[in-house]
Amino acid sequence: MTFEEQIQHFRGIVDDVSFPTVKEWKSKHPGGKVVGMFPVYTPYELPHALGMLPVGLLGAGGKIEIDHADSRIQSFVCSIARSTLELGLTDRVKDFDAVYFTSICDVARNLSGIWKANFPHQLVEYIHFPQNMESPSAVHHYRGEMQRLLGNLEQLGGKKATADALVRSIEAFNHNRSLCWRLYEIRQLTPWKLSTYEAYILLRMGTLLPVEEHTHILEGIIPLVDSRETKQRDHTRVILEGSFCEQPPMELLQVIEEAGCYIVNDDLLLHSRWFTDPVPANGDPLLSLAESYIRGSVSSSVRHYGLRSRKQALMNKVRSGQADGVIFCAPKFCEPALLDYVLFKDELEKNGIPYLAFEYEEKMGVFESIRTQIEAFVESVMFFT
Amino acid sequence: MSESKFKYQGVGREYQKKLLTAWNDRLQSAESEGRKVAYLFVPGNVAEFLRVFDFELVFPEVNALQCGVRKISGDYILKAEDVGYSPDVCGYVKNDIGMMLAGNVGPSGHKIPKPDLLLCTYCGCTTFIKWFEALAHYYDVPLVMLDIPYLRGSVIEETDRQYIVQQLKELIPLCEKMTGNKYDHDKLVEITKHAAEAEDLWVQILHSAKRKPSPFDSYFEAVFFMAPIYILRGLPECTDYYREAMKEIQERIEHGVGPIPEEKFRVVVEGPPPWPHFRSFWELLKRWGVCAVASSYSKVGGFWDHGFRHDPTRPLESIADYCLTCYTNQNLAMRTDLLKTYAEEYDADAILIHSVKSCRSFSVGQADMREQFIRKWDLPTLLVESDLADPRYFQIAQLRNRIDAFFESLEHKRLVHA
Repeated sequence: MTFEEQIQHFRGIVDDVSFPTVKEWKSKHPGGKVVGMFPVYTPYELPHALGMLPVGLLGAGGKIEIDHADSRIQSFVCSIARSTLELGLTDRVKDFDAVYFTSICDVARNLSGIWKANFPHQLVEYIHFPQNMESPSAVHHYRGEMQRLLGNLEQLGGKKATADALVRSIEAFNHNRSLCWRLYEIRQLTPWKLSTYEAYILLRMGTLLPVEEHTHILEGIIPLVDSRETKQRDHTRVILEGSFCEQPPMELLQVIEEAGCYIVNDDLLLHSRWFTDPVPANGDPLLSLAESYIRGSVSSSVRHYGLRSRKQALMNKVRSGQADGVIFCAPKFCEPALLDYVLFKDELEKNGIPYLAFEYEEKMGVFESIRTQIEAFVESVMFFT
Repeated sequence: MSESKFKYQGVGREYQKKLLTAWNDRLQSAESEGRKVAYLFVPGNVAEFLRVFDFELVFPEVNALQCGVRKISGDYILKAEDVGYSPDVCGYVKNDIGMMLAGNVGPSGHKIPKPDLLLCTYCGCTTFIKWFEALAHYYDVPLVMLDIPYLRGSVIEETDRQYIVQQLKELIPLCEKMTGNKYDHDKLVEITKHAAEAEDLWVQILHSAKRKPSPFDSYFEAVFFMAPIYILRGLPECTDYYREAMKEIQERIEHGVGPIPEEKFRVVVEGPPPWPHFRSFWELLKRWGVCAVASSYSKVGGFWDHGFRHDPTRPLESIADYCLTCYTNQNLAMRTDLLKTYAEEYDADAILIHSVKSCRSFSVGQADMREQFIRKWDLPTLLVESDLADPRYFQIAQLRNRIDAFFESLEHKRLVHA
């Protein structure tokens, strides 16, 4: 298949809310366990080390009607929470044996409680990520938290995870992350060769397949990207910020690009490149994961970084991406993104960086007003700054 | 209530007013008199620990709720929206930012001092972190996180407890340096002793609502009775206040009276009140003779009525337990069980959920709780929506319709079963 045909094929898989790759994996691995991962970051290495399949549980992307979840979650809550619950209430994730939620926000945390009450046959975990970055105790507490998760998975799967298996998982995900970072390098250096939409589809496949298969796809496709002969356009280079949890409609990503932007960096599917450096594959594997989380995570609105400022991290993204501006593209009702927006925009104003802000929802179907806003933004950046 | 029969009605209120005025005076003069100011949140607050270093304590949520009661939160919220805050984010945060931008004069007319320390106790609310990050941005002062793990199971894990104790110990040098006061373990023992005394009395008041009629409304009155247990806990005058308040309750019990003329329905209330329309909301329920006999909101900052006390024999560990078990840090299953247990313990007729847009920590899951109350336990449950700070979300006609329909049907059920 050509590069374009592959993207088309993957899009079909991403759009299918019946999780065909999970069904296929289960049929090939009788008795195998599947663990659903709610965004933004979860330690995929833990289920992988036990031979389980970690799968992204990222809402329904506007592909299903919300008939049941509306009576369980109020209308002032983001669409990913409601559509994810709808996937559960309509039996679309009944093949999942466990589900992970994390301390990214109050909605995700409480969704773990709703899930527990409604799906008692699944192992539902709420992961407490450390928030005190200055405390030496935080690493050990989080290591303990992972030990607890691993213990529960071991019980679910009926076997122990060896240190060797954990190290091999760390290596597998390190390698995969380096390829995901490579896609971002392409986006920064030659954005005309790979659109954000295409990169997103490729990353999204990583949430649906075993890591080895995803790595194989990326290894095959990156040379095709490198050799693509696409025309460089006079586009505005922007950073996309705020789409780290609820998935924006893919048409929206396309509209941003069609309206004249190269998105040279973003916070989409951030788990795929959560660590800036490889997780050390020697020593105590859980301690390595914990230390990497505390010291080596990328900046995200769902984390507190102690003395490391997220405002500074955004400015670093702008500078390293040689970006002309920032587009804040946050889901409606997303408090982490909407509260950060004010601090971020103050910082951009201080540094004379233009920005544009709008919100999206999963069910959004009309993008014309956003297209107009972006076109106006692009013009203002090109002609007036 | 005729005044002649009653000697003690209002004495607690008056005493509380005096204490809170004195507290506001201390805050106002803190800067000029060189006393250090720590900002912290109500849920799981570590007031006892900070009092060892003689910090003056500011609780931004208390300011926000008082702005709501005084009906000035709406203007502050708009001011925050002017600088970029979304209409869809927490109204408390916007009220606080708006008030700061307007010159930081608090709802009582006192000037609120700038923080020297922002101590964020992450007790079950992620928005707390964002709130203090914003204050750190505007005030340019250090933000210290006290990471409180959310209860993942139904009991306190020793690792969680020790993690908090360690963090408190790590915080000592910073507090010493900032205030010039040394950590004094004996002083902490003394402070936690005072805290536990006040907590004993507060629990007696809460438990008094088990009587029929209840002498006390555990929601609409409790939110005022509870102010000292959060703001002044650890000080001897806090205990004095609860002695005075207890006299009021005792007198009501002796005369067989309560907060409403005739108690017809006993309810358990979940969720924070709509502060800007507090009276109107209460009136909607009073019309039906509704008394709140228990509520979760009165435990928002700390949970005592099933046994917890600050413990002078293990002060740091008990502070950790306090943080871990405050209502906002309890998981949904625990919260659901608690409300159901309250309904049994206090012989309630129904559960009333006031779901607020601002606080997803409270509200996400409440609709699912309602399903469980109704389907699993046949507990009549009413869910109504508005907000705790933003007056724009209080739709009185809609609320009245829902409340009237609910209590009409309860009344009808009662008649049919009689």
